[in-house]
Amino acid sequence: MTMLSFEKKYRVSGGTLIGGDLFDFWIGPFYVGFFGVTGFFCTVLGVALIIYGASIGPTWNLWQISIAPPDLKYGLQFAPLREGGLWQLITLFALGSFVSWALREVEICRKLGMGYHVPAAFSVAILAYFTLEVIRPILLGGWGHAFPYGIFSHLDWVSNVGYQYLHFHYNPAHMIAVTFFFTTVLTLAMHGGAILSMANPGKGRVVRGAEHENTFFRDTIGYSIGAMGIHRLGYLLAVNAGLWSAICIVISGPFWTRGWPEWWTWWLNMPIWR
Amino acid sequence: MVDVVAQHAHLALTSGKHNMSGYTNLFSRVQIHTTEPYPGVPLGRGNSARDGKGTMSKLLGRIGDAQIGPIYLGATGFASLLFGLIAFEIIGLNMWASVGWSPVQFIRQLPWLALEPPPPSYGLHIPPLAQGGWWLIAGFFLTMSLLLWWYRMYRRAVELQVGTHVAWAFASAIWLFLVLGFIRPVLMGSWSEAVPFGIFPHLDWTAAFSLRYGNLFYNPFHALSIVFLYGSVLLFAMHAGTILAVTPYGGDREVEQIVDRGTASERAALFWRWTMGFNATMESVHRWAWWFAVLTTLTGGIGILLTGTVVDNWFLWAVKHHVVPSYPHVFPPVTDPATLPGSAP
Repeated sequence: MTMLSFEKKYRVSGGTLIGGDLFDFWIGPFYVGFFGVTGFFCTVLGVALIIYGASIGPTWNLWQISIAPPDLKYGLQFAPLREGGLWQLITLFALGSFVSWALREVEICRKLGMGYHVPAAFSVAILAYFTLEVIRPILLGGWGHAFPYGIFSHLDWVSNVGYQYLHFHYNPAHMIAVTFFFTTVLTLAMHGGAILSMANPGKGRVVRGAEHENTFFRDTIGYSIGAMGIHRLGYLLAVNAGLWSAICIVISGPFWTRGWPEWWTWWLNMPIWR
Repeated sequence: MVDVVAQHAHLALTSGKHNMSGYTNLFSRVQIHTTEPYPGVPLGRGNSARDGKGTMSKLLGRIGDAQIGPIYLGATGFASLLFGLIAFEIIGLNMWASVGWSPVQFIRQLPWLALEPPPPSYGLHIPPLAQGGWWLIAGFFLTMSLLLWWYRMYRRAVELQVGTHVAWAFASAIWLFLVLGFIRPVLMGSWSEAVPFGIFPHLDWTAAFSLRYGNLFYNPFHALSIVFLYGSVLLFAMHAGTILAVTPYGGDREVEQIVDRGTASERAALFWRWTMGFNATMESVHRWAWWFAVLTTLTGGIGILLTGTVVDNWFLWAVKHHVVPSYPHVFPPVTDPATLPGSAP
């Protein structure tokens, strides 16, 4: 039912960070824990506020619903509920929910005797969100610099902020982030394809092992990073995609206010060219 | 590696503390240097010999396998590299020519330099060399290089008697490349629609393309492509993080875990089941990975192909389909300059 055939022996108590045995139980397949409770609380409140925000907004069209941050005139103050206060509360509960999720993952890692790699990577994603919605607006002096919560409205925000810096592709940190994104997808395709091709070599053939994995990549591209190496590489690439995304947006405005194409004039004006 | 995976898998964690300080991935160095590099799985008849004997790199050994090579180049690989080199040279020499063959200006202006496709007046005709003819030739050689490389990926898998999944994933990337540089320009009836070669120039093309067709963010296939792009990064972080977290139990030996499930697979599965109520298996997570990566370029190619051919303005398309949000008017209305007297007809 809700338990896998081998699951029972793994469901042991302990490993919690806080709350001792109080919340150390499962509901269906889900582990609860102290952070399951706080995460549930934050998620329910956040989602309820989004629904409330939609209900006082102009539309129930899922694509058009948008909950905007406060106007710039409010600076970094609290805004009335209907004028961005909802956005402020939703952001707070979103962060509470994300951090609870990460800490709940830590507890599950401890329970299963696993490393903390997954919650550590997730923390970088939370950092990127925190940078966009909190750090950069604070550095710029107004919550109005954050992005709105809506499917297409957040795309409009990305488009508008991009053109505020004339052409965002020229942002060097954005270039690095995009390179990490594309390289992550490339290596993911290669890794996924490699494992599937070894496990499914064709009718009547035995499943292949490390010799074939390594030989395939050495034959084709001259190097095989290996079974463990590919996961280190993929992990670092993926984490860096998130990290450089955060960097590329936090430098836009707080540390560079002109068009990004103009930033490159330092290269053209270096004394070595004379 | 053997002594690493042979660590005892401890189950009962009643104290809530566990000792993994002996082996923490990312930081532990597992240098495997053999006296003789592994020559590779023996190949059947009809194959040429592999090039090189293989060598060891301590630097690479810090993150992954230390062995480099041997490589199977073969006739296809050689032709692919040669064609790629020809394309690279044509692009580079055209860029160099564009700064009057000045070596200093070539380096200085390199990120801005371009080999542009022909102007629109040539349509799909063959233009003079300096009017995009070189672009056409470079594109031909680059395309041939990629197609030969694809055949090589396919052929090597067949010769090693493994599945051809990597080659088909690569085909999805080539699809996007062909849509951008060949299929869409042909449908639009002009080579000028294609992407220029150059670092900043191809970024300029991307921005101009989005503006010309009313903001690509409103293109639903572009949105899908981004979803799969970000989803792929999320998936790889989740998958790689999970595997690294269970390498003390031998989790990195994934194919073995697929056919003979061990405690690494069980813990990896339970981690996600307890976290989000759902788990993949050691095999199915790689199917998720493969499809997310493949769909990134597959949907992206569809989105580009529809732009200009089927849809001329994605913003207006989105207005028509009721997905564009409306905003409060904070600025006084402005008159569209195109409607003023004296503007172009």
